[in-house]
Amino acid sequence: MAHAQPAGRSGSGKDTTARPVSGDGKIVLEQAEIARALTRIGHEIIERTRGARQVILLGIPTRGVPLAARLAAGIHQVEGHPVPHGSLDITMYRDDLRLRPARALGRTQVPPDGIDGQIVVLVDDVLYSGRTVRAALDALNDLGRPRAVQLAVLVDRGHRELPIRPDYVGKNLPTAQHEVVRVLLTEVDGEDAVLLGVAGDATGGRSR
Amino acid sequence: MSANGGGAWLIRGARPLGGEPADIGVRDGLVAGVGPGAAAEAGPGAQVLDAAGLIALPGLVDLHTHLREPGREDAETVETGTMAAALGGFTAVHAMANTEPVADTAGVVEQIWRLGRQAGHCDVLPVGAVTSGLAGQQLAELGAMADSAARVRIFSDDGRCVSDAVLMRRALEYVKAFDGVIAQHAQEPRLTEGAQMNEGEMSGRLGLTGWPAVAEEAVIARDCLLAAHVGSALHLCHVSTAGSVEIIRWAKSKGWRVTAEVTPHHLLLTDDLVASYDPVYKVNPPLRTAADVAALRGALADGTIDCVATDHAPHPLEYKETEWAAAAFGMTGLETALRAVHEAMVETGLLDWAGVADRMSARPAAIGRLSGHGQPLAPGSAASLTLYDPGPREAVDPASHASRSRNTPFAGRVLPGRVVATFLRGRPTVLDGKLA
Amino acid sequence: MNRHLISAADLSRDDALRVLDTADELARISDRPIKKLPTLRGRTVVNLFFEDSTRTRISFEAAAKRLSADVINFSAKGSSVAKGESLKDTALTLEAMGADAVVIRHNASGAPHRLAEWVRGSVINAGDGAHEHPTQALLDAFTIRRRFGRSSDGQGPGGQAGRGGTLDGLRVTIVGDILHSRVARSNVILLHTLGAEVLLVAPPTLLPVAVDTWPCSIDYDLDAALPKSDVVMMLRIQLERMNAAFFPSVREYSRRYGLDCARMAQLPERAIVMHPGPMNRGVEIAAGVADSPRSTVVEQVANGVSVRMAVLYLLLGGAEGDQ
Repeated sequence: MAHAQPAGRSGSGKDTTARPVSGDGKIVLEQAEIARALTRIGHEIIERTRGARQVILLGIPTRGVPLAARLAAGIHQVEGHPVPHGSLDITMYRDDLRLRPARALGRTQVPPDGIDGQIVVLVDDVLYSGRTVRAALDALNDLGRPRAVQLAVLVDRGHRELPIRPDYVGKNLPTAQHEVVRVLLTEVDGEDAVLLGVAGDATGGRSR
Repeated sequence: MSANGGGAWLIRGARPLGGEPADIGVRDGLVAGVGPGAAAEAGPGAQVLDAAGLIALPGLVDLHTHLREPGREDAETVETGTMAAALGGFTAVHAMANTEPVADTAGVVEQIWRLGRQAGHCDVLPVGAVTSGLAGQQLAELGAMADSAARVRIFSDDGRCVSDAVLMRRALEYVKAFDGVIAQHAQEPRLTEGAQMNEGEMSGRLGLTGWPAVAEEAVIARDCLLAAHVGSALHLCHVSTAGSVEIIRWAKSKGWRVTAEVTPHHLLLTDDLVASYDPVYKVNPPLRTAADVAALRGALADGTIDCVATDHAPHPLEYKETEWAAAAFGMTGLETALRAVHEAMVETGLLDWAGVADRMSARPAAIGRLSGHGQPLAPGSAASLTLYDPGPREAVDPASHASRSRNTPFAGRVLPGRVVATFLRGRPTVLDGKLA
Repeated sequence: MNRHLISAADLSRDDALRVLDTADELARISDRPIKKLPTLRGRTVVNLFFEDSTRTRISFEAAAKRLSADVINFSAKGSSVAKGESLKDTALTLEAMGADAVVIRHNASGAPHRLAEWVRGSVINAGDGAHEHPTQALLDAFTIRRRFGRSSDGQGPGGQAGRGGTLDGLRVTIVGDILHSRVARSNVILLHTLGAEVLLVAPPTLLPVAVDTWPCSIDYDLDAALPKSDVVMMLRIQLERMNAAFFPSVREYSRRYGLDCARMAQLPERAIVMHPGPMNRGVEIAAGVADSPRSTVVEQVANGVSVRMAVLYLLLGGAEGDQ
C-alpha cells in the first residue's frame, strides 16, 4: 500500500502528489519510516531468537550490508551485547551468470568464528524473485552449516519465482512487473529512501 | 619454346613504355613494326589484339626465382612456376640452385633447362650453385655448368651465404673466364643464428630473435671490396636495408662492377606486419623498417639498385600454417610483382613506365647476359613483350594463382593493375589474363 | 575485457584493476572449509603445455578446479620436428572437444596468436617463447599491491568491495636476462599500465636492441639502482647463455648482477624482493635473500592461483563476447 509522502514538511502537508527526492520515481518509504521498520525488525529478531544470542547477520551486497550493520547496532543497543555481522557476496552463485558479461565481485566478510551452529539471518534490501536468496543459501552451504537460516528484507515487492519467503519484512510493497523498486541508503547513496519507478527511467532496476 | 607458333599479330593501340598509343606488328617471332606501318609489316593474316589503354613493356626478366623442381614438387614445379611467371608478365626467369639435388653440376642444370623448354611458358635460365651442395666448402664445377646446354652465367648459393672470404674471392676470380657473375645472398651466418625477423623495435617487443641489418651490410661491403680487388662482377641478391644501399652507392661511385636487385615485398612491406605472428610475413632477408623501404625505393629510382627480382619462394600450406619459429622463410611473388612495383614506384612518381621496363626487363637481361630479352620495343627486336592494364584495382586472391603455393603476403590486399597478355618470341603465353 | 589474454597489453588499466580486485576477493576462498565456487561448472578448461612446467600448470589447474570447471591436461611435448602440424592438429582436436578456454604454454613466441585463429574458446597465454607471460605479471602486481597495502581490503561504503589501488609511484627494478624473458616483457607493460616506474638492470648483451623505446629506464649498474627501488624483481639466468657469449662466466654474472645479502641491505626499509621462479640459488639470488622476510617468492605462488581464478572467471564467467 504505497502512498506518496511529501518531500519537505511545509506545514499542512496537503500536497499528496509524489515529489521525487532524486531521479524519477515516487517515494514510498522515507527516512523515518525506514528507521522505524528497522527498529521493529530488530525487536522481532530478538523475540524470535530469544535474545539474539548466537545470531549472525549477513548482509547481501550492496545495500544489505549497511542494513545488517544497522540492525546489529540496534540489537546491541537493546540487548547490551554485540551481534556479529558481515557480508555475503553471492555473485559466483548466481543462476544468471551467463546472461551478462562477468560482473565485479562484492566483499564477503564472515565473522572469524564462522557460521557453524549459528542462526544466520540474511539481510537484503529488496526481495523479488528470490533467486538472490537461493544463491545466498548455496553460498552459505559452502561456508559451513548454520543451525538455521532466516531472511530479513526491507521491502518485499512480490513476484516470487522460487519457494522462498522472508522471516522479517520492513514493508510489503505490491508492485507490477514493469515497476522498479530502488532503495537508497545513506552509507551508499547519501540519503535514506525507497523509491518506486517505472523501468527505463532514472531509477533503473535489477531483478531480485 | 622457340617456335613462334607461326602466327603474326597486330597489337592495336598499345602504349609502348607508357607513351603514346601505337600499333605493334609481330611476325616470325620479331617485332616487325611499331606505329603507323605496323599493320602492313604484320601482314594481312595477322591476328588482331585490341590493346587500347594497355601499357606495352618488354617481357619481364626475373633474376631470382625458386622453381623448387627437382625435389620440392609439393611446393612448385618448373611447369607451374613458369605458368605463374607468364601470368606475371615474365618471359624469362632464373631458377635458383637450392633444389634437391642441388643444381651444382651440368647434369642438374641441363635437366632444369629442358623442363623449362618443355613447359614453354617462359625461358628458364638455371642458376648454378657456387659451392658443391651449397655447403660452402668447395667450388662447384662452375665451368662445366657454363659450358652446358643451359649456358649458366649466374652462380649463387642463395638460401645460404658464401661466407668464407677465401672461397668468395676464388669464385669471383674463377667466373671471369666465361663472363659469369656471382650473386651473393648476403647474410653473416653467426650474426643471424636462429634469427626470425628484422632486429629492431618489433623484434624486441615480440620476443623473436633478431636478424640485424649489419649482418647483410658487412657481407656486402666485404664482397664489393673483393670484387674490386680481383676485377670481377658481383651481383647482390634481395638487398633489404638502407645501409646496404649506401654501401652499393659508394661501390658504384668507384666504378666497381657491382649490380643489385630488390624484391617487390621489400618495396612495400615493413616488419610491423609481424605483430600478428602470421608466418606469411616470414622471409629471408626479413621485412625491415619504413626507413629501409624508403631507401630501397629511392635506390631503385636512381639506379643504385639495378633491378627488381621476385625471389619467388613457394611453400606448401603446412610449412606456413604453424607457429612462427617453425615456419619456412619465403613469399611467392611472380604473379604480383609488376602490380607491386606499379604501386610502390609508379603511383608514387618514383619511376615511369620506361623506368619499369629498364628495371624489370632491360637491366636484368643485361646482368643475366641474355641477348634475346630486355630489348627495346622496336623493329628487329625479339617479340617478347607484356601488355599491362594499369586501370583495375583488385584484391590479390591467392586461390586464383597458377603457382602451386599460396604464401603471398599480399593476400587480400588491393593492388593496381592486371597483366593482360604476354608474348614469348611472338607466341602468346598469356591472353586476356589467362594462360594461352 | 578481451576474449583472449595473450599479452599484458590486452589489459587496460581498468581491466587490470578489475582482475586484481577480483583476485583479492577470491583469495579469501582459501580460508573456507570448502574451497570451491560453482561459477564455471560445466565449462571445460584445457591446459595445453608444450613446455614442461609443473608449477604453472598446477596453478592453472587448481584455479580452474576451484571454480568447478572441468580440466583437461594436454602435455604435448611435441617438438617443431613435426613442422607445427602438432599445433594446428591439436587445436582442431580441442575444438572438437569443446574447450571453453585453452591455457597454452609454448616455446615459440606467437603460438597463442596462431591458436586463437583455430579455436573458438578463450586463449590464455601461459608463456610463449620470449614474448609474454601475462598471468605472471598479474600475480606479481597483485603481490606488490598486497605488500604495499594497496589491496581492496578496506571496506568500501555499504560493504561493497573497495576498489584497490594502483601501483602509482612505486619504483620497480627488474634485474637479469631481459632479452630472453617473457616475464620481463609482460611486467614492463603491466607495471607501466598500473602506474609504477620501471627500471631494467642488466648487462648490455642481455637488453633488447630497441629497449629505449620501452616505457621504462635502464641501467647497467645494480648497486646504483638498489637504494632507489621499492621492489626488486630478480630474473632467472640461464647458464647456457654463457656459451653464446652473453656473459663471460657465471661467477662474473653473479658478482655484477646477483642479489646477495650485502646488496639486500642497501634496499630501502620497506622494499621487497621478488622472483618468478625457479631460482638459481647462489647465482642471481643468494639463499639468505630468498629466505628473508622481504622475499615474496612463496606468496607469489599462492597468489598465482587467486589471480588465475580471477582471469578464468572474468573471461569465462559471464556471457560470451566482449563487454
